[in-house]
Amino acid sequence: MSDLKYTDATPDSDEREAVDYLVSDPPVRRESERWVISGLGRTRDTRHLLLPGLHQLQNVKGWISPGGLNYLAETLQIPAAEAYGVASFYDLFQLEEPEDGPLHHVCVDPVCANRGSGSYIEELRSEGHRVHESPCLGQCERPPASFVQMTGAENQDLTSTTSVDPQFFSGATSRLLRRFRTNAPTRLESYKEQGGYEALKSAIELGGTRVIEMLLDSGLTGRGGAAFPTGVKWQSVANHQSAPKYVVANADESEPGTFKDRMILENDPFALIEAMTIAGISTGCEKGWIYIRGEYTTAADRLARAIAQAYSAQLLGEAIAGSSASFDLEIRQGAGAYICGEETSLFNSIEGFRGEPRSKPPYPTDIGLFGQPTIVNNPETFLNVLEILNYGVDHYRSAGTPDSPGTKLFCLSGDIARPGLYEADFGITLRELLSNAGGVDGVLQTVLLGGAAGCFVSPQQLDVPLTFEDTKSHDLTLGSGAVMVFSTEVSVRDVLSRLAQFFRDESCGQCVPCRIGTVRQHEVLLQIGDSKADVENVALLEDIATVMTDASICGLGQTAASAVRSALTLGLLDESRP
Amino acid sequence: MSELQPTEIAISINGTTVSVDAGTTILEAARSAGVEIPTLCWASNLTPVNACRLCVVEMEGSRNLVPACSRECEQGSIIHTESERVALNRKMILEFLDTTNDLSESTELQEFIVRYEADSSRYTEPSQMKDATKIEDDLFVRAYDRCVLCYKCVEACGDDAQFTFAISMAGRGFDTRVSTEFDTPLPESACVYCGNCVGVCPTNALQFKKEFDLRQAAQWEPERQKTTETICSYCGVGCTLELHTQDNEIYKVTSPADHSVTAGHLCVKGRFGWQYVQPPTRRPSSPDMSS
Repeated sequence: MSDLKYTDATPDSDEREAVDYLVSDPPVRRESERWVISGLGRTRDTRHLLLPGLHQLQNVKGWISPGGLNYLAETLQIPAAEAYGVASFYDLFQLEEPEDGPLHHVCVDPVCANRGSGSYIEELRSEGHRVHESPCLGQCERPPASFVQMTGAENQDLTSTTSVDPQFFSGATSRLLRRFRTNAPTRLESYKEQGGYEALKSAIELGGTRVIEMLLDSGLTGRGGAAFPTGVKWQSVANHQSAPKYVVANADESEPGTFKDRMILENDPFALIEAMTIAGISTGCEKGWIYIRGEYTTAADRLARAIAQAYSAQLLGEAIAGSSASFDLEIRQGAGAYICGEETSLFNSIEGFRGEPRSKPPYPTDIGLFGQPTIVNNPETFLNVLEILNYGVDHYRSAGTPDSPGTKLFCLSGDIARPGLYEADFGITLRELLSNAGGVDGVLQTVLLGGAAGCFVSPQQLDVPLTFEDTKSHDLTLGSGAVMVFSTEVSVRDVLSRLAQFFRDESCGQCVPCRIGTVRQHEVLLQIGDSKADVENVALLEDIATVMTDASICGLGQTAASAVRSALTLGLLDESRP
Repeated sequence: MSELQPTEIAISINGTTVSVDAGTTILEAARSAGVEIPTLCWASNLTPVNACRLCVVEMEGSRNLVPACSRECEQGSIIHTESERVALNRKMILEFLDTTNDLSESTELQEFIVRYEADSSRYTEPSQMKDATKIEDDLFVRAYDRCVLCYKCVEACGDDAQFTFAISMAGRGFDTRVSTEFDTPLPESACVYCGNCVGVCPTNALQFKKEFDLRQAAQWEPERQKTTETICSYCGVGCTLELHTQDNEIYKVTSPADHSVTAGHLCVKGRFGWQYVQPPTRRPSSPDMSS
């Protein structure tokens, strides 16, 4: 008799082996132990293994069977219904037995759709492959993007299957990308030859208080989209005396048109590891987690190899670099859910719950991962920390503007001569940025700045300096740094309906404004697509936008109408247009 | 965190200053001041999940509206519970629900729809939840076309009351449903038939079978119904039961949410073990000698 009830479905030997391999210390080893130690009471220790366990099951069988799920859930002492609730949340987990063969995920978001993903999907299907029409896969510089999910073998992203060199370009200042060209990403010696781990040395000498002061003086703000001052965040966590505390790198990057974090992890993984270690020892956090989106297989692989080397060189673990500080680092892979890039959803996802956002307040710096004070930063933000420590605050502020100091990474994709990752000083205009990338391919119709949650920019607005303050005063947003370029050949209606479809698919479903609002927004947009944008439908769209923006729990719902609103304001849906 | 929080704080609700203990939610503060705020997913005996967003109010200085049910009052907060902006948001939430679900058996939501002038005719062919009613036993049915995904049943089944965890939210977005693992029928799942999920459901998506049968047979007659309070006769705990009857026949059993022992929750015996009260109408008139 157990305190949790499971159905009679049993695992096969492969599934059993996959789970046993992962969980060496289950909360309950024998049936009779439940009476003594109460399985649920110790769930907390192991529940975070649910997501890795689901990945294992999915990979060995190509789906998650009732028997496999039962075995994993019982091993971790998670109620079966809850484990199912988590598994069914993610796109990369199948809960029905599929046909044989790999599953091809092909991006159907605007940039890839305009660059041949439709015909690529047809081609794959005609060859008898299974295809899943996927949201943005973060490989927008080489459309159409795809990701192949295997059974019993490693999954493959484009980096692992093509030999195209990473496309990155720096303007006058090369800072964050300084190691990209010469670095051997998985060799610690190579990273050290490029000045790697000097910043950690300085951070140990300076001490946490001084490091945080430097961040505050530098004016560094978060690069994930919200632009919150990084020093304030670190200070807030440093001030908490409660242990444990955590550092999290949010590399779930799923914003359509954004691929900078993937490029960083693929080309400079040690930089992220070093910067997170600095965060850990400067603020008293004992452990770091890197949450990387499930489709970034090359990045996750290189990162894992880099972490292993850092451990062997005593740059992670105990007594780091000869100091008394210790810091551990663990990778968690997402499984296809845009919402898990929202920081509190990300915590729930790591902890083994559905990736639904939590209410804020409380903020992560007070109550974050596992209920403890937590620093969450984007990989790009972490890389900036190295710059500040290595070259000083004055040098850092020598680029950019007083309110937006430093440099910014921009992801250029779509109808542009040289799509890729660009680094530029804050204050560069969109016009300059497009010209650095070889200019528009065709006649410019509009630019979508900041990703699906961003805004459309008209050709008349190209001289707005790209800083936080200037974009804000023009009702624009830098967002994640995505710059999607659309020529006059592109149907904006089609782009908008794809963006609306994206939010509809990616809403977690927790709150009513977003769960139903994203569906209604998509439906009304399609109806406008059929006929002219009549007054009632435009008014209805505006009301839908208002409630999603005002009343949704998290940033997904709050920005789900942003692009549509800006398109209507710019008149991009007017009759005369394609 | 080292600062001491003041034990009593003052906030303004619709222009009136209200003094409350620190830690009080905006909803509690408003109700103490006689200001009514509509709720759907909130219940006095469950942890707030603030998922329906019907209770959102305007808090000056906040970019977005805040959920009154879970947001704690802050010293000096200025709250508006019925501004034009709040009313528009509530109207939209009600339109969203009304175009998605069958809300006909929720009198409270019907009142809100009228109050906030929700107009579902503005939507052309909206997608709906059209799930078929699940009838798997004689105790209760699950009509998920009425389910507004308020989380109440999941909470009551889980760590807010029963700790059985037979159901969870499953799927994502508009396709989210309350479900057992792999949609396993309830009798084979972890369900213990306490009926606490049915007790908290605000839209009659979860419904006692007896009530369902009466409604199906067009014999549902509210004017012939009454509620009688009694004490459960099964064990020594002494839970208060409310017997809901139509023409003196029990169709559902509940317990008051503010009851100090049950907090509105019962076990399978109190909830469903009432058949003995109503013996079969045809009593044997002579001993059965056949065997």
